[in-house]
Amino acid sequence: MTTHSSPMVRGNIAGLADLRGSIVERFGTQVSQFRADGNFILTLSLTELNALPALSRFFFWEHSCLFGGIIAEEHPRNWQIHYTFLLLGAGWINVELSMPLEATILPSIVAEVHAADWHEREVEDLFGIHFENHPRLGDFVLHDQIWREGIDPMRKSFAARRPQLERKVDLEWQPLLIVGDPGSFAMPIGPVYEGGIGESLHFLLETVGEDVIRAAPRLFYNYRAVEKIAEGRSILDALLLAERFAATSAFAHSFAFCLAAERIAGVDVPPRAVALRVLLAELERLRHHAGAIAAICESTALAVSAAQASIIEEQLLRASCAFADHRYLFGLNTPGGLNRDFTSEQCETLLLAVDKAEKDLRVLEKRLRFSSSFLDRLEDVGVVTRENARDLNLVGPIGRASAQSCDLRKACPYSGYGRHGFEVPYETEGDGYARLRVLFAEAVQSTRLIHQAIDKLEEGPVRVSCEVSRPGFALGWAEAPRGAALHWLRVDEKGMVERYRAITPSFNNWLGFHVAAEDFAFQDFPIILATFGLSGTECDR
Amino acid sequence: MSFWFWHGLRKGIQTTRYPRRMEVALGVSPGRPINTRFATPEEAQLAAEICPTDAIVAHGKSTFVNHGKCVHCQLCLRSLRSPMDWETGYEWTHLPANQRESFPLPTAFSKSMHIMVVDAGDCGACLHEVKQLNNPLYNMHRLGFFMTATPRSADLLLVVGPVSESMRGPLLKTWEAMPTSRKVIAVGSCAISGGVFGKSFMCAGGVGSVLPVDFEVPGNPPPPLAILHGLLVVAGRKSVKIPEPISEGRP
Repeated sequence: MTTHSSPMVRGNIAGLADLRGSIVERFGTQVSQFRADGNFILTLSLTELNALPALSRFFFWEHSCLFGGIIAEEHPRNWQIHYTFLLLGAGWINVELSMPLEATILPSIVAEVHAADWHEREVEDLFGIHFENHPRLGDFVLHDQIWREGIDPMRKSFAARRPQLERKVDLEWQPLLIVGDPGSFAMPIGPVYEGGIGESLHFLLETVGEDVIRAAPRLFYNYRAVEKIAEGRSILDALLLAERFAATSAFAHSFAFCLAAERIAGVDVPPRAVALRVLLAELERLRHHAGAIAAICESTALAVSAAQASIIEEQLLRASCAFADHRYLFGLNTPGGLNRDFTSEQCETLLLAVDKAEKDLRVLEKRLRFSSSFLDRLEDVGVVTRENARDLNLVGPIGRASAQSCDLRKACPYSGYGRHGFEVPYETEGDGYARLRVLFAEAVQSTRLIHQAIDKLEEGPVRVSCEVSRPGFALGWAEAPRGAALHWLRVDEKGMVERYRAITPSFNNWLGFHVAAEDFAFQDFPIILATFGLSGTECDR
Repeated sequence: MSFWFWHGLRKGIQTTRYPRRMEVALGVSPGRPINTRFATPEEAQLAAEICPTDAIVAHGKSTFVNHGKCVHCQLCLRSLRSPMDWETGYEWTHLPANQRESFPLPTAFSKSMHIMVVDAGDCGACLHEVKQLNNPLYNMHRLGFFMTATPRSADLLLVVGPVSESMRGPLLKTWEAMPTSRKVIAVGSCAISGGVFGKSFMCAGGVGSVLPVDFEVPGNPPPPLAILHGLLVVAGRKSVKIPEPISEGRP
């Protein structure tokens, strides 16, 4: 059944020369300036805009690259747009293009790379750049019933701190419905949840009766324009935003942000901090996965298992707090290392809690495996096929449950992950049960990594000075609990943030949610939602 | 599947004794900085300057903490030669600034209060801590607190997050749909002052600028017990914390 060929082949770097050769052969003068720097193994400047779709196809499909995302930047005289791809086992590739500010039309790459869909919609909504041949633009980040078209908040001329008083609610606004058959109707869910506690998400479930035919999520209710208000701030102030836009994966995001800042400053983090960061990132992953498992148990109404899983989660939250003085690991990362050190006694105490959590999770998994009514709700429900997962570039545990074994910790190691021994568990079925199994297996791997990180702790400082005093840009990446997180940072000559962009795993994966939710009955919807375990606020920023 | 029954039974009762007794387990609260008296005015000034959200104000040798603005970055604990004093409790609920008093719900609600939770642009932490109140360690049902499915039957509106523009409408609609004996509690620094997000074109900078708020639970995020304390205050079973005098003498 498993036909998985691991793409994590080392030595793709050697193939880089061949890659360049084939690009020249295929695209000739349409691209220029091949260069490598600390961020990207390959940066291409596109001279012919129309080559963009073909070039995207070349990387995404022919070379099996992961699509990183689109980063748009407004400079005083021109636009600079970056399309990032990850060549597995080698590093990031940047296709950049530049065009004058007056030009606001780009060819869309959605027909070739479906995963770029939301990236293009976001750029269109926030910058006002139009993508030719994109099937559906508008009404994305800025909801059409409260924002008129033509407001482009990410443009430099837009004042972020000024309230928009001329805003009016459009009472005539109607959502776009896809199913038009007689007898069909749409059932709205959210953004304020009826029953239980939920994030602000909105779903329009279109149906003719029992089965959900179309499930379109409407997100960005929690959009706080983090990327916009970070502009003009110092790196430390922007770090506060990067850490706190999504608290359940706060450490991973501040991690990626700090890696970017350190790359700009050209600073190497001391070995003790490198190991401690791995420890803390894995502690966060373990706690997140315990929470995700608890949510899945709760969605199936198996009360005892939900209670036991949430006890494990709360014990891990308490252990985090006893260890690092914050239940969600805020305030630890700083450019240049960590804000504080830990004693070996503290590490020992943490290990006890982590081992206990792992043991409890193993017991829970064993019991769940023999709970037929529980498995009935998960098996063959919310299936994302391997092809769909690849097509939509799903990352993290969701991707890995559909045989996409990409994990940045292996595919593009950062912060000493290359030195640790761990596995990237994956499944092939792509249903809710596969996602649950991946969560359990990853929690075990995280425990392994925590042990290794503590074993490898060297004596020494945990922080070096990291002054950013020259202009520059950098890409920082980390495997957040929900998948690949990318943070793009550009600073000016005073060390202030000029452009900050966070590409989050939830943003990537919400795009694929409809695939799982469609063609299933209404009562499966909360379960599919729980097995996806996505965060609205991480997507919205 | 009867093993679940035995599994649950074997685990025994794990619920906290709070509010009958204070919970002292490690890690239930991250604590917070409190008003501090330093040896020199310069040290107090340094503490005020290091705070990224201006939550600390220096006045002579003393510093005063505005807990509604504190985002728990711990800089005043870790990055100062003489750190701020630190408190480890969790009974933090206070009245909104510029408000002399707020009344709890009438006594009829004290053992049966229905709560409507709205996420108005929250980062997920506060919402997550509210969710923890349902787990067996806190189990707020034993106190007669219930999450309700509809604003029509809700007595208390619990708001987390700084109120993003897209959530302003849904939040107001929820509030308007509630019976008028309603109370509003803002949970978390973002809901009180906007937190790290502040005021912007997309962010109202706190629930207070949209709705009348009765009580506030500071913290970033407030731990579950702090939120539970807030609920007990609204139900009239605990009283609001009186601001502490500035601590004299430092260790």
